Amino acid sequence: MNVTLKYFASVREAIGQGGESMDTPATTVQALRDELIARGGAYAEVLAHGRAVRMALDQVVCDGSAVLREGCEVAFFPPVTGG
Amino acid sequence: MSFTVSIQTQDFDVRQELAALRVGDARVGAVCSFLGTVRERNDGSAVASMELEHYPGMTEKSIAAMMDEAQKRFDIYAARVIHRVGLLHPEDQIVFVAVTSAHRGESFQACEFLMDYLKTQAPFWKKEVTPEGARWVDARVSDDQALARWGIQARNSTAP
Repeated sequence: MNVTLKYFASVREAIGQGGESMDTPATTVQALRDELIARGGAYAEVLAHGRAVRMALDQVVCDGSAVLREGCEVAFFPPVTGG
Repeated sequence: MSFTVSIQTQDFDVRQELAALRVGDARVGAVCSFLGTVRERNDGSAVASMELEHYPGMTEKSIAAMMDEAQKRFDIYAARVIHRVGLLHPEDQIVFVAVTSAHRGESFQACEFLMDYLKTQAPFWKKEVTPEGARWVDARVSDDQALARWGIQARNSTAP
C-alpha cells in the first residue's frame, strides 16, 4: 500500500528530507520502521530501536502495533520540546 | 463558549487576547493566563536565538484534544492557546494560555493543566543557537512528572 512519511526536527535533519511517499508491504507502523531501518545509513541510525523516536499515525501518537491503511500518514520524530 | 488555538509566526497582544476571551460573557469571574518567553540561557549556555518547528495539522489536533480534556476536568467557559513557531530571540513571547471560569480555582488549575499537557504532548521542537553551535533542546523528565500530577502518564522524555 502507499503511505506518506513525515519526519521532523532531528529526524528530518538526519534523513535529509521532511517526508516522502512510499509503497510498502508493511501492515504495521513497526514493520514500516523496520523496513526504513533496513535501508541503512541515516535511516538505520536515527530510527534504530532503543533511540527515543516517537511515532504518529494519521496525526495521532501511536505505538508500533498501529495498523497501516492505504493512503495513511506516518510520522517519526524525537521527544517534543514546545511551550 | 470559545476554545481556540493559533499556531503562528507573528507576535500577539496579551491584552487584546484577554479581552477577546472574556468580554461579552458576564458569567466570567476569573481569568487566568500563562505567558512563556524565550530565556537568554538554557542548560548552561547563552541562547542567541531559537527556531521552533512543529507538525502542522497534528499540532492543532493535539491542542484541541487537550482543551476537550480540560473542559471535562474543570468548570471553565473559554480557553485560548497561542504558540509561535519560526525564529525567536530572548525575551520574545513564545506561548500563551488563557482560561476563563466563574471562580479562580478552576481557571488556575485548567491553565496549569493545559501547559503541562502541551509541554509533553504537542508536537513542537526547539533548536537553540548557542556559542557552542546549534542544538536541539532535550525533553525534560520534570515535564513528564508535571503531567503525572494530573493522573496522565507521559513518557515523552524517556527512551525508547
